[in-house]
Formats: sequence, C-alpha cells, structure tokens
Amino acid sequence: MSVLQRLFGFNGGVKPAYHKEASTTAPIAVAPTPTQLVIPLHQSIGGPPRPLVKAGDRVLKGQRIGGADGNASSAVHASTSGTVVAVEMRLMPHTSGLSALCVVIDADGRDEWVARQPFDHRAATPTQTRDYLRDAGIVGLGGAVFPTYLKLKAGKQGKLDILVLNGAECEPFITCDDVLMRERADAILRGAAIMREMLDAGQILVGIEDNKPEAIAAMEASARAANAAAGDSAIKVVAVPTRYPAGGAKQLIRVLTGIEVPHGERSTDYGVQCFNVGTAYAIHEAIELGQPLISRIVTVAGNVGRARNYEVLFGTPMKDLIALCDPLPDSDRVIMGGPMMGFLMPDDAVPVVKATNCVLVGSKKLFPPPPPEMPCIRCGECAKVCPADLQPFEMYWFSRAKIFGKAQEYHLFDCIECGCCAYVCPSRIPLVDYYRFAKSEIWAREVDKEAADVARERYEFRLLREEREKQEKAAKLAAKTAAGREKAAAAVAEAQKPAATPEEDAKKALIAAALERARAQKEQVQPENTVNLTPEQQAEVAAIEARRAEIREMAKPHLRQDD
Amino acid sequence: MIEALLVMALGAVVLGAALGYAAVRFRVEGDPLVEKIDAILPQTQCGQCGFPGCKPYATAIAKGEAEINQCPPGGEEGIHKLADLLGREFKPLSAEHGVEKPKSVAVIDEQACIGCTLCIQACPVDAIVGAAKQMHTIVASQCTGCELCLPPCPVDCISMEPIGESVETWKWKYPVVKLNPVREETA
Repeated sequence: MSVLQRLFGFNGGVKPAYHKEASTTAPIAVAPTPTQLVIPLHQSIGGPPRPLVKAGDRVLKGQRIGGADGNASSAVHASTSGTVVAVEMRLMPHTSGLSALCVVIDADGRDEWVARQPFDHRAATPTQTRDYLRDAGIVGLGGAVFPTYLKLKAGKQGKLDILVLNGAECEPFITCDDVLMRERADAILRGAAIMREMLDAGQILVGIEDNKPEAIAAMEASARAANAAAGDSAIKVVAVPTRYPAGGAKQLIRVLTGIEVPHGERSTDYGVQCFNVGTAYAIHEAIELGQPLISRIVTVAGNVGRARNYEVLFGTPMKDLIALCDPLPDSDRVIMGGPMMGFLMPDDAVPVVKATNCVLVGSKKLFPPPPPEMPCIRCGECAKVCPADLQPFEMYWFSRAKIFGKAQEYHLFDCIECGCCAYVCPSRIPLVDYYRFAKSEIWAREVDKEAADVARERYEFRLLREEREKQEKAAKLAAKTAAGREKAAAAVAEAQKPAATPEEDAKKALIAAALERARAQKEQVQPENTVNLTPEQQAEVAAIEARRAEIREMAKPHLRQDD
Repeated sequence: MIEALLVMALGAVVLGAALGYAAVRFRVEGDPLVEKIDAILPQTQCGQCGFPGCKPYATAIAKGEAEINQCPPGGEEGIHKLADLLGREFKPLSAEHGVEKPKSVAVIDEQACIGCTLCIQACPVDAIVGAAKQMHTIVASQCTGCELCLPPCPVDCISMEPIGESVETWKWKYPVVKLNPVREETA
C-alpha cells in the first residue's frame, strides 16, 4: 500500500505521554468467567431495553435478556450460561454512583451457547439486517456506545464515498484497538466489508496513529489479502500523525478526507461514515458467526504491575479484572476510559459494560490531585488546542456564570469533551467539568420545557373540554325547556279548541274505557310473594305486620317531637 | 405651492394606505408578550400564584396586575427570566405564595382509594385515570406536581413523592474547588 494518501490536519490537539507500551507486550488473554455477573440493561445511548428474563430463569450464553425498546435502543445478552438470580437495581459504572436495573446471573461454569446461526445479510433487506444488528446488541465500541444499526443507513445521497475505520486510538494508556488490529485484522476487515456492502460505500480507509507500527503492518497485510481476493483496491490503511484527539470521529474524518462536517449535520450526508475497529469486529462476529455482542477487549492499565488486554465478558466486576494485573498497593481509584476523557467509577466492583474500553487504575502518585483552580487569565491557549475549533474560554465563562444560552451560542454542544483545553490551561481550570455541568443543565431544562409544553397542551385541552361540556349541557337544558313549552302550548291550544265533534267524543269514550280496564286489571294483580302461602307463613307475615305496627306506634311520639 | 401640497397629500395617502394594509396583513393575533411570559412559566397549573392557571397569571403579569415573584414552582430562576424579559427588578419569591419545593409527583395509595373521582375533577392536566367506584391512578409522566388533588381527597390517600435521580437524569455538579479544612493544632 505504498499509494500515497494525501492527509489533512485538524487544528489544535495535544501530545500527552502515551503510556501504551506496558499493555501491548502480551497478547490478548481471555479473562476468567466470574461466578456472578451483573449485566446492566442500559448500556448504550437511547432508551433502556426492557428486561426479558426474571429471577429463577436459566439463561444460555448469548441469550437476549434485554429487548430493544423504542427507536434508538439496543439489545443486551447474557454473557455466559447460568441462572438469573435477580433483576434489580445495582450500582452502575457511572460517575453518579447511582443504581439502575441490572440482570444478575450466577454462572454455571458450562458456558453453554444458544443456537448460533450466521445471518445471511445478502439475502436480507437492509432493514432486516439493521434489526438483526440491533437485536445482536451491536453498539459503537469506541466509547460512545451509539447503536450501530442507526449509523448503517446511507445519507441523502443513498450511498457513501468513504467508510472510515477508526483505529487511531489516541487516548493514553488504552491499547484495546491496537492489539485487536494486531491479532484479528482479518476479522475486522470482514466486518468492515459487510458495512461497506450495507452502506454501498466506495472505499474503506483505516486510520491508525503512526505510533502503532505493528497494528499498521497487520492491517496492511490483511488489507492486501482482502484487496487481492476482491480484485480491487478498496481497502486502504493510512497512518495518521499521532496527536490527541486524532481518534475523534470528526477529527479522523477531517484528517483522512479533508471533509469538515458542519455543526448539527451528519457525516453520512457528506458521503462519509466512521466506525471503530472494535465495532467492525463485533459486526463480523454477529453476522458471520451468529454471536451477539457479549464481550469486548478491555485494557487494564495504570497503577498495576502487569498491564494487559483482556477479552472480558460484560458483567464481570472490574475488581476481578484488576486483580489479574497485580494492582500496586497505593491504588486508590478506578477510571473507566483513559486519563483524558475517562470517568471516575464510584466503586471497583462495578461491572464491565460495552463502553468499557479501559479500566485505568489510579493512584495519588500517578494522577496527582490538580493544583487549586486559578482565575482565567485569557491567554487563549485553550482555543489554540481545541480540535473542534471552539472558544473554550468563552464557553467556560458562560458555563461558570450559568448563562447557558450564551454558552450554547458558542457551540457548547460541539465540544467533544476531549480535555485538551483543561490539559493546557495554565490556571488549571477543570474546563471540561464546567462544560459537562452546563450540558447536563441544558439537557435537564430541555426535558423540563418539553414536559411544560405537554402540560400546557393538556391544560388547554381540558379547558376546551370543560367549555364544550358546559355548552352541551346548556344546549340540552334549552332543548328540554323548549319541549316543555311546546307541550304547554299544545295543552292550551287543546283547551281553546271548539267543542268536540260527536266522532271525537266516541273516540275519547273508548280511550277512557280502556284506561279504566287497565286500572282494574292492575288492582286485581297482587304481589306474587303473598299468594299461595302456607298457614304458617301467613301467621309469620301477620306477626311481622303486628310488630311493624307496634314499632310505628312506639315511634310516633318521637316523630312528633322531631316535627 | 399647490404642487407642494399635492405632493405632501399624495405622500400621506400612499403611506396611509401602506400602513393600513400592513395593519391588516401583518395583524398579530393575541398578545405576544403573554405568550412569552407563559413560555417561561412552568405550566404546573397549580394556582399558587392566586390565578386559576399559568396563562391567566401570564396575562396578569403582562397587564402589570401581578408581581413576577408569585410562582413557587418556577423558583428563583423563573423570576430571573421574567425579570430579564420584562425589564423589571428581580425580587425574591413572595413567601405568601409558597416555597420552592423539589419536583415531585402525586401518588395514590390504591388500597385506600374509594373511587370518588374528586381528584380527577381537580387535576388540571387530566393526569388521573379512573371512574366512579373504580380505583384511580396517576399517570406519573403527565403529573405536574401541582398538589391540587390533595385537598379534595376525602380519605387522604394521595401523597407527593419527590422524583429521585436516575442515571439518565443525573446532572454533573457545578465544579467546586474542594477546600481542605485546616487541621487545628491541639498541642
């Protein structure tokens, strides 16, 4: 692949120490299956899946335990065979330290698979394939866990020019994509080929940072083989300059194609789509092997004796994983992700989920507490390094002052939270914390506003309904009185009529006679329960009647008093 | 002289016609200010402001008949927004209209409900489902937490439950610098 690929650049970026060597010396190891797995149902962007199992159920490896619910949700599967102990709230691998619904499975150690059936995506319609991938739980494994089936739709043009495979892996310490590319390059490219077919993409560009020569070599070898087999040169492996955050989707697209996706628009509409190499591998497993997403490669690094990459079943407690790597005694925290964009975990017992690309063990020595925040001196360093071409200092001021509208005007939501600005800030301001705060406040307001709009609509409808009911009642009443008046008028007219003719008199006499007969008949009919009684029953009735009369007699003075 | 007058008169006629047309063509339905105020109000329809709903309160504010600090569910932030919109001074929430409470939803104790429908009639957003002598229940997603269903209930089976935080609704906290307390020298 010596064809020179013209590279573009993105503005800003930083070059932090990589710390990647330690975890790449050993090949991927399979982490042992824990005795108990805690699998959160909500592991991706979009609505939480609904539980499909209950306590006591036996589940097989790869069995769906959470069904996609709503239009941006993705399924969740049992990572091993065993018995469901509970479906309950458990601590989530989330900074908040809050709990969410998880399926707790006691592993039986047999690791028994459900029936695996490769999916023939060529025979299926694109929608069927997307539904299959949704039910296989495939989400973006770069860390954002966006449901992949939603991205496998070509944009306005109906086809893609370029499919970008993201193997840049720019964040320090993390090497899961690196080792995956070294060891499973063929499978990655097979997955990419499926995506290419689905998106009708012209070319596949694999972007890898040039500090991973082994991964580049492995991918190039596989790409050569794949191109030779297909008889074209669709797959190209491109080494991109090592600069954080070259692995951001928008940044990598810009470096490889020169296309800058505008604010609020999708890259598919510009003929480009970007997927992580891990996602491509997962698609290969789902389509060609019939295996849903139940494990991923996780880097365990940081304050450990033997950093390494493991293939980990979702639901494995992070502490089990850390224990495999000889954590140093001064370890005091666990971070999910890297040091730049990672999230502090509330506890080391939280499970590994689809978003866990790295379990980073920290200590005071490795990550010293930040020096106190100093005032912003408007040096502009943050703007120089911002890879999204934003003005971080402006967003910081407005976020800090809680003027969220202004912060949004400065495109707060284009911020990818890469942390470059905070990394270079001479005043050591935790800028990203301010942006995260502002973003979540804005989201909460958005939700409140939607709820208020619904409430307004319902209230107005209620007023309308009450008004309508009032009018209907009034109309009914009016109709009734009108009818009454008509009757009265008719009666008056009847009375004022001149003397009846003899014919009419005869008719009236007939009617009167009939009425008389009916009355007489009615009188003859007795209540049925008092006829045909035995003498005893009659005696009883008489006794009761006597008692009633007596009571009435007794009650008389009281009644009079009341009057 | 005559020409000048004619020119001026013609100008007046033309401009008058244009203005008259514009007044008809671009007529604004309703009071846009009321709409703007109503958009800021939280739409709980609780009536704590002393008006029978958010829209009437918005109308009263627009007319200058009501203060901007009478809406407890809107809180300080709502008052700030109203002050900004109307160019009035910020005032703290008026105590006689209530206090700002955490957001909650009403919950019916379904064992105790006798099915009297009084709460259904009181709910301003029709968020209570039920019928006479049938158990009632509240659609939590549509409940505004106005508490208007509490007083009519003859068996006091409705209670307000604050909405807890979930992983989805959790918000990043305002970054505060942690200050380490200075150790007191006991020696």
